[in-house]
Amino acid sequence: MSDMPWLTILLALPALGALALVLMPRGFARSRELALGVSLVTLVLALFVAVEFIVGNGHIQLQETYSWIPQFGVSFALGVDGIALSMILLSVILVPICLVAAWDDVPADGTRRQQGYVAWILLLEAMMIGVFAATDIFLFYVFFEAMLVPVYFLIGQYGGPERARAATTFLLYSLLGGLIMLVAVIGLYVAGPGGGDGFLLENLTGLEIGGVTEKLLFLGFFIAFAIKAPMFPVHTWLPQAATEARPSTAVLLVGVLDKVGTFGMLRYCLQLFPEASQWATPMVLVLAVISIIYGALLAIGQKDMMRLIAFTSISHFGFIVLGIFAMTTISQTGSTLYMVNHGFTTAALFLIAGMLIARRGSRNIADYGGWQRVTPLIAGTLLVSGLSGLALPGLNAFVSEFMVIIGTFQRYPAAAVLGATGVILAALYILLWYQKIATGPAPENLSSTTRDMTVREKFVVAPLVAAFLVLGFYPKPVIEMLEPAVTTTLQHVGVTDPASATSADGSEG
Amino acid sequence: MFTAPEIDYLALLPLIVVFAGGLIGCLLEGFLKRSVRVSAQLWLTIGTLVIALVTLVWVARDNQGITAAGAVTIDGPTLMLQGLLLVLSILGVLVMSERLGGTTPDAFTQSGVSVPGSAEEADAVRLGGTTTEIYPLALLAVGGMMLFPAANDLLLMFIALEVLSLPLYILSGLARRRRLLSQEAALKYFLLGAFSSAFFLFGAVLLYGFAGSMRLDVIAEAIGTETGLDGLLIPGILLVATGLLFKIGAVPFHSWTPDVYQGAPTPVTGFMAACTKVAAFGAMLRVFYVGVEAARLDWQPILAAVAAITMVIGAVVSIVQTDIKRILAYSSIAHAGFILTGLLALEQVGASSTMFYLAAYGFMTVPAFALVALVRSAGSEATHVNQWAGLSRRAPWMAAAFSFLLLAFAGIPLTSGFTGKFAVFAAAIANDYAWLAVIGVLASAVTAYIYFKLIVLLYFGESRTDTVVVTPSALTTFAVVCGVLVTLGLGVAPAPVLDLAANAAQFLR
Repeated sequence: MSDMPWLTILLALPALGALALVLMPRGFARSRELALGVSLVTLVLALFVAVEFIVGNGHIQLQETYSWIPQFGVSFALGVDGIALSMILLSVILVPICLVAAWDDVPADGTRRQQGYVAWILLLEAMMIGVFAATDIFLFYVFFEAMLVPVYFLIGQYGGPERARAATTFLLYSLLGGLIMLVAVIGLYVAGPGGGDGFLLENLTGLEIGGVTEKLLFLGFFIAFAIKAPMFPVHTWLPQAATEARPSTAVLLVGVLDKVGTFGMLRYCLQLFPEASQWATPMVLVLAVISIIYGALLAIGQKDMMRLIAFTSISHFGFIVLGIFAMTTISQTGSTLYMVNHGFTTAALFLIAGMLIARRGSRNIADYGGWQRVTPLIAGTLLVSGLSGLALPGLNAFVSEFMVIIGTFQRYPAAAVLGATGVILAALYILLWYQKIATGPAPENLSSTTRDMTVREKFVVAPLVAAFLVLGFYPKPVIEMLEPAVTTTLQHVGVTDPASATSADGSEG
Repeated sequence: MFTAPEIDYLALLPLIVVFAGGLIGCLLEGFLKRSVRVSAQLWLTIGTLVIALVTLVWVARDNQGITAAGAVTIDGPTLMLQGLLLVLSILGVLVMSERLGGTTPDAFTQSGVSVPGSAEEADAVRLGGTTTEIYPLALLAVGGMMLFPAANDLLLMFIALEVLSLPLYILSGLARRRRLLSQEAALKYFLLGAFSSAFFLFGAVLLYGFAGSMRLDVIAEAIGTETGLDGLLIPGILLVATGLLFKIGAVPFHSWTPDVYQGAPTPVTGFMAACTKVAAFGAMLRVFYVGVEAARLDWQPILAAVAAITMVIGAVVSIVQTDIKRILAYSSIAHAGFILTGLLALEQVGASSTMFYLAAYGFMTVPAFALVALVRSAGSEATHVNQWAGLSRRAPWMAAAFSFLLLAFAGIPLTSGFTGKFAVFAAAIANDYAWLAVIGVLASAVTAYIYFKLIVLLYFGESRTDTVVVTPSALTTFAVVCGVLVTLGLGVAPAPVLDLAANAAQFLR
């Protein structure tokens, strides 16, 4: 069993699904069903992969390495540690949910439009799996850049009225970061041992490059990841992209794709450039705290609810980065868990807001009011998702946010305290939003056909709410999967926990 | 006593075949009747190129060496570039032959010598004038191009330069539509080309004065020894470089490029853009790697500066263009800068990365211009960007192919453009030109803007009814499909071609 190239199969499956969709004749009527089927099979397969994975081992498992472009030192190498696996699982769980949520986004009109839509989503899924599973830096870079193309078309072709502009802004920001990273990728290879497999992560870990070179290489990677994450001050593409994208695209963009940024900081910046990471830590912590507070403040002021969710994400990414660069076991475990939790929370917020928008035809918060009387189920689940977003104890995000803050406090109390104000601001932006939308007198001049959540929409929301509760009350299995990988990363950086550290037992929730 | 030099005819067989084919073409032009001329010339030309390719692979490859009194070198780089030229010319000739249902190649006037709109022109059309002179012209140009990188003697190199240039000047002026623009382009190309050839010749003479010979190996030996006329070396190198940089379209010798690319018949533009670059870079490689490599401390900084401003100007100026052909022209300028970056790296990796990039660029350029020629409005080519808006809806395959080629121009991973950029930047970084690579990636990000703006237009723009995409014959379709497949292949599995380029990168001195 374990000899099977699991990860390659997992990667190829949605890619082949996308290819099959493209090759189907024009106006193929069952493209949505086919895509959903493929994504569900991928999910099942990913669960098998998770079973093969040995929890408690912090090293990269299920490795496959094939020579790809030996002249450049490139291998097609896949493998997962706990962090990568958790991100892959998050992706393959979210994709079928998004496909169901996007069921009526693009009507079947006898053209290839609908086929194209779901095919891009499947292709994106394949690339998301690839980017998290790659253990060769060149391969990672290939997925990192190539995944821009599906997102670009998903936003640009199927998004809102300002879609072309949003798609181009997104693309240029990401491409600029990516190209700067390309120089660093090549520079890293030159600094490394070289040879036919010189881009393998294991050959580049522990190089001790040192000096200005290491700092420059670190910056090359970090800028790309900061744009991706996105962090203040390179976040400006996100609100635009998230607003113009369809809710399902926004989920994949913010919920999964942006995690590549934080994942990259953890896996590449810290592990490959330990010395430079410690050099950069103060600056990064400052930017992270600014992101937390700035994102939250702007979220409070938003009139457009998609923008609001986008800004909450900027705040949450601030927490994740804070935890990563605080470099304690607890804070980093918290950050990685946060990456999972944020995926589910943001997915629920975007998709439920999308349901409201589909009914009212407006993203403007002021156009709503009293909707708990019209659509009680939608309003209710929105509240639950919002509470998850503000880290209410008992729901998923609480555990991770708490771990980040106490973990950071062990080493950087000031940053932790400042960051914690973000928790209070979170309560403001979520509750004010909910209040404006759901409470108050029932809205007038609303067509009587406005229905509460349909069966399809229930299938979208139910697994997300289930995830909130499971991760909120019993995060232990996930933490056990993440913590060994975090410990390994910290060993690479050469940092030990401060003396006062207590080991995280993961039962805070 | 004069002894006739030994000539290795087997090594020169591909060249002989091409020149013989071109001369036979001239004869056919005079003796065949009009009705059979078009197909006879097409078959003769394609046949000649294929036979030349076969002899190259089967005969010339086993007869490498310096021959013809040291004037011609048939070595790895020569053979690689000649083979590339032959394959690209086959595709180029196929595209030139596109008749679109008419009786003669569609892009060319039936009476190049007559005044546009005159009675003579009308007569030529009425009497069924053919435009088959393009075939022998193309073959003779290909012959010159093949000789260019093989020349080991500056005088022979000059002759090759003229042999390849003169037919191109004529071909540029033969457009059927917008004939004045085409004639202006031809005249401009001719005058500036003659000017730059004079520079080249003057440089060659100075180098002769310095070394006492125009042979590159003699010049190489003379560098470092006291010749008494050492002051002539650097001016000589720079003047020779001027002539070569003009041909590749490097800043500040680029100003002809946009006008000629725009005015020339579109299939000729594609042929010229791809093949002239290959030939001229081949000659540059030989001059700088074989001839004056020892004086590199003097010329390398100057070429580096040229590469830098070429990338920057090509990228920045492309942004404001509104004509597709001019956009592709500025893109070719920027690409010349990228290739120069690879060439500067010297050593074997510089030659191999340069040749790989040339292959990648050639195979995306020929099909790109072939597709441009298919978009029509009111009978003539619609090259204004606004006329391309929304084309994806009426011509999905054409739009998909063109967008894919644009992604390759932009250097997105999994296309040959990325592999090529990676190759040249890696070569530059490994040889202390990291700053040039940084400028290169920034320029790439800038050029990406214009490419994605085109994709935005193609896919997301409002559809226009006055623009049509004509259905091409099998000739163009074959060329486009080949180009797209090679572009994809060199992106996904470049290892064999990289191997080929690396093995062929050893110059005979």
